[in-house]
Amino acid sequence: MIYVELLVQGVLLGAIYALMAIGLTLVYGLLRILHIAHAAILTLGAYVTVVVTNATGSLALAVVAAALVCGIAGVLIYQWAYRPIIDRPLVALVASIGIYIALEELFRIVFGPYSISFEAQPLDQRLSLIGFSLTAAELVTIFGTTALVLGLATLLGRSRLGTAWRATVTAPQIAVAFGVDLEHVRRLNFLVASVLAACAGAMVAILNNVVEPTMGFVPGYKALAVIVLGGLGNVRGTLVAAILLGIIEAYGTIYLGSVMDRDAIAFAFLVVVLLIRPAGLFSKATR
Amino acid sequence: MFDYQLSLLTVMGINAIMALSLNIIAGYCGQISLGHAAFVGAGAYTAALLAKLQVPFLVSLFPAAVVAGVLGVVIGIASLRVRHDFLAITTLGVGLLFVGIIRQQPALGGAYGISGIPSHELGKGGFALFVVGIAVVVAVFSIWLKRSWMGTAFDSIADDEDTARIVGIDVPVYKLIAFAMGTTIAGVAGCLYAYQVRFIGPDSFGFVESITILSMVVIGGIGSVWGVVIAAAVLSVLPLWFQFVQDYKLLLYGTLLFVVMRFVPGGIAAMLGAAGRLIGLARAVPASQGARE
Repeated sequence: MIYVELLVQGVLLGAIYALMAIGLTLVYGLLRILHIAHAAILTLGAYVTVVVTNATGSLALAVVAAALVCGIAGVLIYQWAYRPIIDRPLVALVASIGIYIALEELFRIVFGPYSISFEAQPLDQRLSLIGFSLTAAELVTIFGTTALVLGLATLLGRSRLGTAWRATVTAPQIAVAFGVDLEHVRRLNFLVASVLAACAGAMVAILNNVVEPTMGFVPGYKALAVIVLGGLGNVRGTLVAAILLGIIEAYGTIYLGSVMDRDAIAFAFLVVVLLIRPAGLFSKATR
Repeated sequence: MFDYQLSLLTVMGINAIMALSLNIIAGYCGQISLGHAAFVGAGAYTAALLAKLQVPFLVSLFPAAVVAGVLGVVIGIASLRVRHDFLAITTLGVGLLFVGIIRQQPALGGAYGISGIPSHELGKGGFALFVVGIAVVVAVFSIWLKRSWMGTAFDSIADDEDTARIVGIDVPVYKLIAFAMGTTIAGVAGCLYAYQVRFIGPDSFGFVESITILSMVVIGGIGSVWGVVIAAAVLSVLPLWFQFVQDYKLLLYGTLLFVVMRFVPGGIAAMLGAAGRLIGLARAVPASQGARE
């Protein structure tokens, strides 16, 4: 039944990538900034989850705390770092990298270079289904991600806020002419992206029970591959691309392991897709 | 006697060459490349393999440059198809792919790389002089390029690709030329690097290294030759200055990157320009100029 297990593995990976990538595509779609520091938000979310759970014993409280802390951190990064240099994306990119390095180091200095873990691993009950078993953590990841993404899609598609948001991505000047508060939308953008990253961090923490300073980097840059595949600002496309990537990675590790590093598979996939469809898998008509 | 200083000078020179090569691609032609270290690596591995085959240092410079340049053209052609917005991520991917594939090739030393690269036979002083010489040549070439017709074409492409096309500039060809030039020079830097450190591995040419080179370009002032050279020199020495704060080294580096970008986005070139205007050595620049990145 290894194929099913690999599939599940792939979907789990994909869920994490999706949460990261959706945040990134929202930021990139809106501001054309590659928000590399986003990877540090994931790590922050993971650390807060573990620390608060260990301190209070309540996982739910920890996740809420993580979402809060990361949301605020994300908005602050926008406010203090990106906003003044918003018209210079390359400068913002290097600034973002500087922020990522600084945050990664802060985690190392505060929490130590070695990993920290939950004192009592949460959600480790196993459930047996036909032919394979899942831990509660894995189920929560899958359903949690689905819920979050559906919630976001509903927000984007059916609310006034969502309409304002989408308008700002597509045609900022016209949106402003219609009375949309640009700053409000941007801050909200970072808030949502960071909360999603916090959830991703919490899930990784629960799934692996290992939280260390550099953990955000790999999911972070794979999410970059996903946003290209999914198409700019296209939440649905990003989700599908993320899951697809997760599955390809899970199978690829077994079958392509002798040709390339596991982590390079994501970009091999990206390069292959771009050669066939330069605009990405699911992008809408290019401008 | 001056061994340490000579080593330092050599490292600064190699970094300057790397930064200047990226400056042509990203600074002049506006193509954001996040995987530049891969081309340095291509040059380095070529040189290392040739060195193991007893090819003399000066001879190995050329194949290293050519391999890197050809790779650059191939990547350049592929990236022409990619939407401009995504060039950065694609080049990031190429860089990571390079490292990922090299790591799995036993012929190239796998994860351990190639060690025991023979000496260049020039002596520490001779090698330092050679490296600085090449750096000067590259810098002069960069300045000449900037002022040439090609430089103007690059500039217009960086500014507004579509308008450049309308005006009759063959945008894809010029982009490819920029890629070819930048990556060829990167290959030279790679060869020099291989002989300087005498051992290379896939991890010497990954994302962190690409970002470091990019930082030199952006902190120096995108497109500015003087700024980029100074930035390369300073960033080469910085880790050593930070030695006394051993544990906080990277934290300081990251913070510095952020602070400089946030408060002086024009980089060292902007700082020099402002200082020059203050002393009266430079003309005042109208607010609209230099607004691009």
